[in-house]
Amino acid sequence: MDFDFSPEQYTLRDEARRFLEQQCPTSHVREFIDDPAGWSRGLWKQMADLGWMALPFPEDAGGLGQGFLDLVLLLGELGRVVAPVPFLSSIAQAGQVVLRHGSPEQQARFLPGIASGEQIATVAIAEKSGSYDEAGIDTRAEQSGNAWRLTGEKRYVLDAPAADLFVVAARTPEGARWFVVEEGAVVTPKKSFDLTRTMGTVALEDVEAVPLESGGLEPGLRICVAAACAEMVGTAAKILDLTVGYSKEREQFGRPIGSFQAIKHKCAEMLADLEPSRSAAYYACWAVATDADDADLAVSVAKSFGSEALARVAAEGVQVHGGIAFTWEHDMHLYQKRIKSMEHLFGDAPYHHERIAQLVGL
Amino acid sequence: MDLALSPEEEAFRAEVREWVGGNLPDGWGTPAYKEPRSFEERVVFSKQWEKKLSEAGYAGLHWPKEYGGRGATYMQQIIFHEEMARARAPQLFINFVGMNLAGPTIMAHGSEEQKKRYLPPILSMDEIWCQGFSEPNAGSDLANCQTRADLDGDHFVVNGQKIWTSFAHVADWCLLLCRTDQSVPKHKGLSYLLVDMKLPGIDPRPLKQVTGDAEFNEVFFTDVIVPRSQLLGEMNMGWTYANTTLSHERGPAFLGHQIRFRNALADMFAHANRTIRDGVPVSEHPAFRGRLAAAYAELEIMRYIGLRNITSILRNGRPGTEGSVAKLYWSHMVRRMQELALAVGGPAAALDGPDADDRGQWQRGYLMSFAQTIAAGSSEIQKNIISERVLGMPRGEVWAPKEKR
Repeated sequence: MDFDFSPEQYTLRDEARRFLEQQCPTSHVREFIDDPAGWSRGLWKQMADLGWMALPFPEDAGGLGQGFLDLVLLLGELGRVVAPVPFLSSIAQAGQVVLRHGSPEQQARFLPGIASGEQIATVAIAEKSGSYDEAGIDTRAEQSGNAWRLTGEKRYVLDAPAADLFVVAARTPEGARWFVVEEGAVVTPKKSFDLTRTMGTVALEDVEAVPLESGGLEPGLRICVAAACAEMVGTAAKILDLTVGYSKEREQFGRPIGSFQAIKHKCAEMLADLEPSRSAAYYACWAVATDADDADLAVSVAKSFGSEALARVAAEGVQVHGGIAFTWEHDMHLYQKRIKSMEHLFGDAPYHHERIAQLVGL
Repeated sequence: MDLALSPEEEAFRAEVREWVGGNLPDGWGTPAYKEPRSFEERVVFSKQWEKKLSEAGYAGLHWPKEYGGRGATYMQQIIFHEEMARARAPQLFINFVGMNLAGPTIMAHGSEEQKKRYLPPILSMDEIWCQGFSEPNAGSDLANCQTRADLDGDHFVVNGQKIWTSFAHVADWCLLLCRTDQSVPKHKGLSYLLVDMKLPGIDPRPLKQVTGDAEFNEVFFTDVIVPRSQLLGEMNMGWTYANTTLSHERGPAFLGHQIRFRNALADMFAHANRTIRDGVPVSEHPAFRGRLAAAYAELEIMRYIGLRNITSILRNGRPGTEGSVAKLYWSHMVRRMQELALAVGGPAAALDGPDADDRGQWQRGYLMSFAQTIAAGSSEIQKNIISERVLGMPRGEVWAPKEKR
């Protein structure tokens, strides 16, 4: 029985933290926040050189042959620095959906570009309904001969302005499944509440698409959610670190505010929200990586709890900082907006609570 | 990451499961079975059940072999608690203090003579122990213990009052924390005595609690003469030893507790499925459905925390950060769960006992849930510890115990 990451995985985390602290300070993140389509191609290139994009893909698809679990701590580190790069979308979500649902030929066709970082992919799931499951999907897939064509509008698509490939959930007469769209998607960048990440609407007007071989939306959907949870935990951990650090430096009434019980207890509560969220995110990632029997449940447990608990961490982090965190110059709002965005993307707490209710027979 | 158990561990699980299956009282767990309710009934019942456990070698599972235990691995202990919980078997009751608090403390700090004298009867259940820790003015501030033991030649004279002492009126022995030196800072003048509860001058009085039951006692000590040989370990080392005792309060039973809460949650779901509100079962009612699912999620997470915690202990010999917040997390989780269970009944929540839903299970559970956030280090003490020891925040003037000068 061992429910923790390997020493090698922790080594990678430590290396990633050192690298990102140097290469992705908030001054770098801020270079892109005024442009709704802006992201750091320079950082992306450096990450590709380190082999991070290739990590979870098979060797014959241009990867390093590691697995989804090797991404978990890395996602946390990228969340920690609110890295303005499409790693979650391209590597941990879209790439994983192709890996799990695509035939060997499809993997060989799409994954090498993703694994080298030369192509950016993203998942397009939600629509006007805001739902992340089959019932909420209206985008139609129609077959004529050997070709499939998609029509519909996808919303809240992370990194859409950066993407070359769209991995799209669409409805067929036999149920929903995943398609890859290479050409013809029309992206309208949308101003994102999260300043560190781009977002857009993707219009599909009778565009050609490749159906991934394995039908249905699972396990792809739950992998997307688990990856999001892993990243959120990193952002929230950073908020707690900043908050505790600030409370030790900031003095009022002649002493550090971190010596007041009102502040100490808030910080303890933040940790008591963060750590269970972390446990749940790790378990969800383990469950999706191993296709455990309770994988669907684990994912909804992690996202429903994490959405609410980590939003509390963000809110209390701001509160402890006080007025300084209300300024544009202070970095807290970068993390706060990231958490608050992710709280509502890939299924918010009410969405995942309903899934749990159904799964446990309520 | 690998959550699988070894073949040996799986075999142990099968062994425990089979034993529990064949040894629970006839009819246990069925609606017809009349479970012991009053304290007196529970004492009689648990003496029989725990004796059975002891004879089968499951009572001293975690005790080293040299003291008559099984020397079970940490994983085996966890499995044992899980299987007991899964079978809804009775929880350790009458011998809890002996097995989990007094025994391990004597093992760690007692003389060879004391170990030989006191450990075997704990294991065989021939002697029952209680623990004299808390006092009216020493709760969270345990080191403020005022019960004094004054050394007078070859004996101590003990005077004072203890409170929240479980089993005091049925116990044979008391692990008593008392002040043996008034002249030094308060953490430094405490000692442990092993006190015979039949000595003259000891007066336990049952303390009726909010549920109407009397599980605890106040215990008054008036000029009780205790031989010097009953000192555990060294004089004035009581505070250090007390930390050993308290560290044994939690541990491998964590996942077993999670399963017991899961059983309670299943009961709550059944209650929600059959209670109708606005024409639909409460479980489908929009004001409740999400909350019920959230309760499920929170309880699942207790299991994940347990798995991480076990791994930390197996890998490093101590809990990690997840363990430091575990008590705070699950105790409040239980409070929320019990509040919800009460709310499921609607106005029927205002009834109690035989007139209430599920014979008052939810009213009792709601009240008992407050024990979780108060006992074994209140939530406020937990937050002090977390902020200072885990987050490294400065010790403030407000709560820091002032040393006597």
